[in-house]
Amino acid sequence: MTLETATRPAPGAEPEPKARKPKRRSTTVQDTRVDRVFMAGVYVLLSTFLLIVLVPLVNIVASSFSSPAAVSGGRVFLWPVDFSLIGYEAVLTSDAILTGFGNSIFYAVVGTLVSLALTVMIAYPLSRAELVGRKVLIGGVLFTMLFSGGLIPTYMVVRALGLLDTRWAIILPAAIGAWQVLIAMTYFRTSIPGELYEAAQLDGASDLRYLWSVVLPLSKPLLAVIALMYGIGQWNSYFSALIYLRSEELYPLQLVLRNVLIVNNTGGTNLADQMAAEQLADLMKFSLIVVSTVPVLLVYPFVARHFTKGVMLGSVKG
Amino acid sequence: MTAAAAPPRAALRERRRRTRRRNLRRHWQLYVLLVLPVAYFVVFHYIPMANNVIAFKDYNVVQGIWGSPWAGFDHFERFFANPVAWDLIRNTLMLSLYGFLAGFPVPIILALALNEVRARFFKRTVQMVTYAPHFISTVIVVSMLILIFSPRIGFMADVLGFFGMNANLLADPDAFRSVYVWSDVWQTAGYSAIIYMAALAGIDPSLYEAARLDGASRLRKIWHVDLPGIAPTVVVVMVLSVGNIMAVGFEKAFLLQNPLNLSTSEIIATYTYKIGLLNADFSLATAVGLFNSVINLILLLVVNQVAKRVTGNGLW
Repeated sequence: MTLETATRPAPGAEPEPKARKPKRRSTTVQDTRVDRVFMAGVYVLLSTFLLIVLVPLVNIVASSFSSPAAVSGGRVFLWPVDFSLIGYEAVLTSDAILTGFGNSIFYAVVGTLVSLALTVMIAYPLSRAELVGRKVLIGGVLFTMLFSGGLIPTYMVVRALGLLDTRWAIILPAAIGAWQVLIAMTYFRTSIPGELYEAAQLDGASDLRYLWSVVLPLSKPLLAVIALMYGIGQWNSYFSALIYLRSEELYPLQLVLRNVLIVNNTGGTNLADQMAAEQLADLMKFSLIVVSTVPVLLVYPFVARHFTKGVMLGSVKG
Repeated sequence: MTAAAAPPRAALRERRRRTRRRNLRRHWQLYVLLVLPVAYFVVFHYIPMANNVIAFKDYNVVQGIWGSPWAGFDHFERFFANPVAWDLIRNTLMLSLYGFLAGFPVPIILALALNEVRARFFKRTVQMVTYAPHFISTVIVVSMLILIFSPRIGFMADVLGFFGMNANLLADPDAFRSVYVWSDVWQTAGYSAIIYMAALAGIDPSLYEAARLDGASRLRKIWHVDLPGIAPTVVVVMVLSVGNIMAVGFEKAFLLQNPLNLSTSEIIATYTYKIGLLNADFSLATAVGLFNSVINLILLLVVNQVAKRVTGNGLW
């Protein structure tokens, strides 16, 4: 870095050559007035965007901690009005929601494990140049990104396999993502040094042994990224449940949410006081949104960094 | 000449066959690993593609996929004869074009702006907050929209009312596309900016040094260094999104639909779901879906080709 040139004071400025510490943020030194106006614009733009993203989120959280009457009256903006936990009480005592929560945890955990295993099983062999038929197989995987079988033809396969209305219908049809295969393949090929393979071969390790004892331990960041992609994808999806499931006891949380929040089917509330019931239903929606998003947002700070990495992994063209 | 060349070539082929066999024997474990995933792709991707044949048949459950009588292009004709068809195609195209035009530039602007910011805390905060909506499910985003724009409860209804606009946005067919597109921007712009941030981080620092020595202003630096630096990434993202122009997701449109906004919110994907799974007209639904997929594939190929011609960058 040529810090010397960058931080040299403009001619006419107070001369203090050697005593001055080299500034790290060298780019800000010579900002002209135009640049300063420009930077002000940048900060205004970003702050506006920040607020646009933040305000709805804060409004939802604030509403969820308010009283039913305040929510129904539309009196909550960014701070809870008549603080109460009634909404959360209602959510956490609803059987349908708790069942959905349990199911979603099952789908996310089992689905992620199945997906992760299958993705490694295809991505690793495809990362090995000596594999016969490698190009054809990669082409076969990538083609599924360009052209899909379509709703009904896939439905017919699931039906023919007898998976309709079973937990497997949620896990299997979306088990492998072509994108994740691509990311994993690129990672195996570029991030694991080839010398390790030669060394392992000299020690007489088989391919499986090498994969298990050398490649996978070195691929923890990759495994974290794709596990999170699959896990969050599974947690957030409702589509396969909507088309493949009939029994309510199998519904994942998102489908329960859709029925409660969007279709407005609160499940036959038989309360005498219709007004109070309606107000509670309004409030419950806000609390429900918070409760169902908390698991994702809890892992989010840890995840964000890995996801950023995942995007970059994927952007390495292979 | 050919007679002389033939034996070595045959020998070569023989040798290649032998190394290949040895390769199979030595690395059989790799092929065993492939069995389940390949079975997955065949069963859940390639058999469905083959099942598309029912678009050209009068499918019935009794005779099955291959036993049902052929119908030629009847189902396609039936679809296009229905005046609804053109509404569907128009709705699908309008929604995705609007989505593309609004959603494509925002992450780029966001990344360029973030790249100028030197205050680390501010930068980190903006990044953390704007990524977050990406991780929220479609069901939740739509629920939030419904609640926030609810004329009775939501604060946005008050805001719209203040500006003298129709407060009940979700029941308004004219507003459907804007609601859909801008909520998408709200949800994805921050996250989509990551890829551009990565590209910006990869630009050679000596270019900035040079620009500074030449006395370039920040705006000029963005124009002459940043933009050319991220151009290849921009092209790839653009090809991908144009290639998906007919593939508007079912999930969000379906959730945002209500009887009042159906005239603009009914798109090909939601229509396929309704005629296929709710009316059980498998052949017609498959025909419509196939039409959509084929158009989409053609678009992708054309756009990729054009991008390669014009900029030298493409997906493949």
